[in-house]
Amino acid sequence: MSDGHAVRAEGLEKRYGDKRALDGFDLAVREGTVHGLLGPNGAGKTTAVRILSTLIRLDGGRAEVAGLDVARQAREVRARIGLTGQYAAVDEVLTGRQNLEMFGRLFHLGGRRARARAVELLEQFDLTDAADRGVGKYSGGMRRRLDLAASMILAPSVLFLDEPTTGLDPRSRGEVWDSVRSLVASGTTVLLTTQYLEEADKLASRITVIDRGRAIADDTPDGLKNLVGGDRIEVVVAERSEIGRVVKTVARVCEGEPETDEGTLRVHAPVTDRVSALTEVARTLQDEGVRVEDIGLRRPSLDDVFLRLTGHRTDRTDRTDRADRADAAEKDAVAA
Amino acid sequence: MSALDLTPAPPERGRLYWLLADCGNIVRRGLTHYQRQPVNIAWQLGFPILSVLLYGYVFGSAMTVPGGGDYKDFLMPGMFVMTMAFGFINTATVVVHDSTKGVIDRFRSMPMSSSAVVAGRGVTDLVVACAELAIMMLTALAMGWRPDGGWGFLAAFGLLLWLRFALIWIGVWLGLLVPNPEAAGGLFAVAFPLTMISSIFVAPQLMPDWLGWVAAWNPISSTAAAARELFGTPVGGGDSWVEQHALLMAGVWPVVLTAIFLPLAVRRFQRLSR
Repeated sequence: MSDGHAVRAEGLEKRYGDKRALDGFDLAVREGTVHGLLGPNGAGKTTAVRILSTLIRLDGGRAEVAGLDVARQAREVRARIGLTGQYAAVDEVLTGRQNLEMFGRLFHLGGRRARARAVELLEQFDLTDAADRGVGKYSGGMRRRLDLAASMILAPSVLFLDEPTTGLDPRSRGEVWDSVRSLVASGTTVLLTTQYLEEADKLASRITVIDRGRAIADDTPDGLKNLVGGDRIEVVVAERSEIGRVVKTVARVCEGEPETDEGTLRVHAPVTDRVSALTEVARTLQDEGVRVEDIGLRRPSLDDVFLRLTGHRTDRTDRTDRADRADAAEKDAVAA
Repeated sequence: MSALDLTPAPPERGRLYWLLADCGNIVRRGLTHYQRQPVNIAWQLGFPILSVLLYGYVFGSAMTVPGGGDYKDFLMPGMFVMTMAFGFINTATVVVHDSTKGVIDRFRSMPMSSSAVVAGRGVTDLVVACAELAIMMLTALAMGWRPDGGWGFLAAFGLLLWLRFALIWIGVWLGLLVPNPEAAGGLFAVAFPLTMISSIFVAPQLMPDWLGWVAAWNPISSTAAAARELFGTPVGGGDSWVEQHALLMAGVWPVVLTAIFLPLAVRRFQRLSR
């Protein structure tokens, strides 16, 4: 059933008591691509990755990784995959080099090849200068890169990245993204879980959206964004009483129905002709003397995708955190 | 891309070979920790050595040993037992770190022997325990402790390690049970009274009846009494059955503890796959 797919899952089920962590989850990842698995906390992303990487047993359905059955051929699967989980799973006391040599020996490369491979990976992940320092003194980004390097010791054909940039500062995040891009360039298939559409957008050629243990959409990043109406114009007003006038203006200029968020004094609507719509709204509001705190274009967020696909919002409340990330993503794009 | 041939050595060499090879690499990792942070061993021995000084010199003159003999000679084997007994906290701390930081998951996602993860921990702890005992004994010798040499000495050393072996499984089990490294630190508060209510510091017959009974049946009391007997230092008497059969019980107790906690630890480890 592999036929050009590095990962294939059909009807995966995983129950914890009454809770269905995975409830008929399907996934197909083409060889040599980065596939994003996008969903909020608790949607089942990590459970799916843990089943596919042989860490936990599935309760129903079947899954193949690199053409091997994860339930029956776990040991063979393990020789062909790399896993980078939500923590940098490296030894903090050892040096970077000692870590890679230890994992290399545990991958059964033998001492000589383990040492040589460590040198290669330190070079590849730009850690040569820090090679002989204790990992406890590494920055978050360096630890993540070492973690990635340890996952790449056998140059596996499939790499699982479970929220690889969670908790990283913008610079470290950019470093990790660069590493992932270069891995894919060398032929590795990557399954990447993330809560951030921006991240999936930057790295993945295809995205599966997961909610409550099921795949609810599977599309290209552009396809998903079109699904939620592409870019949006967003106006933040100074006074609640101004919301009505702003809605009227936005509705006239933009083709889509404006939505309002009374709590944060926001009005937003989908736009296609981004720049002229923005200019038009800004000018009209100025002419009418409406006091505006902020006005701008924003990419659809995971919240938007979710709202559109499921009719309910994600349960996440860390809006500011996500705003920071979006901000960082923009800066990263400018830098690149 | 790598210029190396990255084909792992073939698994045909057999399960036992890879268990031993992987175990050796895990032990190497554990010992490298001590090489990089030698001060850790001082931390681990700090409390027993401080206890030797406190009890030996501060309280020593006020302490009596039933059946006569110098209190310091009575105390030293007790301190060796305490060093072994506190070792399980050390085991638990490393295990909880590895499991919460994802290191155990990384091992489990690799084509290595998963038993080696636990076995390697155990062997590391025994090697470290030998070093700890050596340091404690040298300290004791410097303070005037004079044990009998020969086979008795070696047998006592062996019984101390035997106790430490049994406690590895309690440590692994607890390490997989407690939610975070901070909680593992709290184990000390449990371990301390458990070592006090034993024959380590005071002979059980000097305690209130019921407490003396509990102390005498404390597994570590048997190891302490057996070690004292083998070292030829004051034993502290006691005429209950368990105190009269200290050598036997010093062998039996670790078997009982292992029989209980090894399966619990293994089950806990297997539960990680659920």
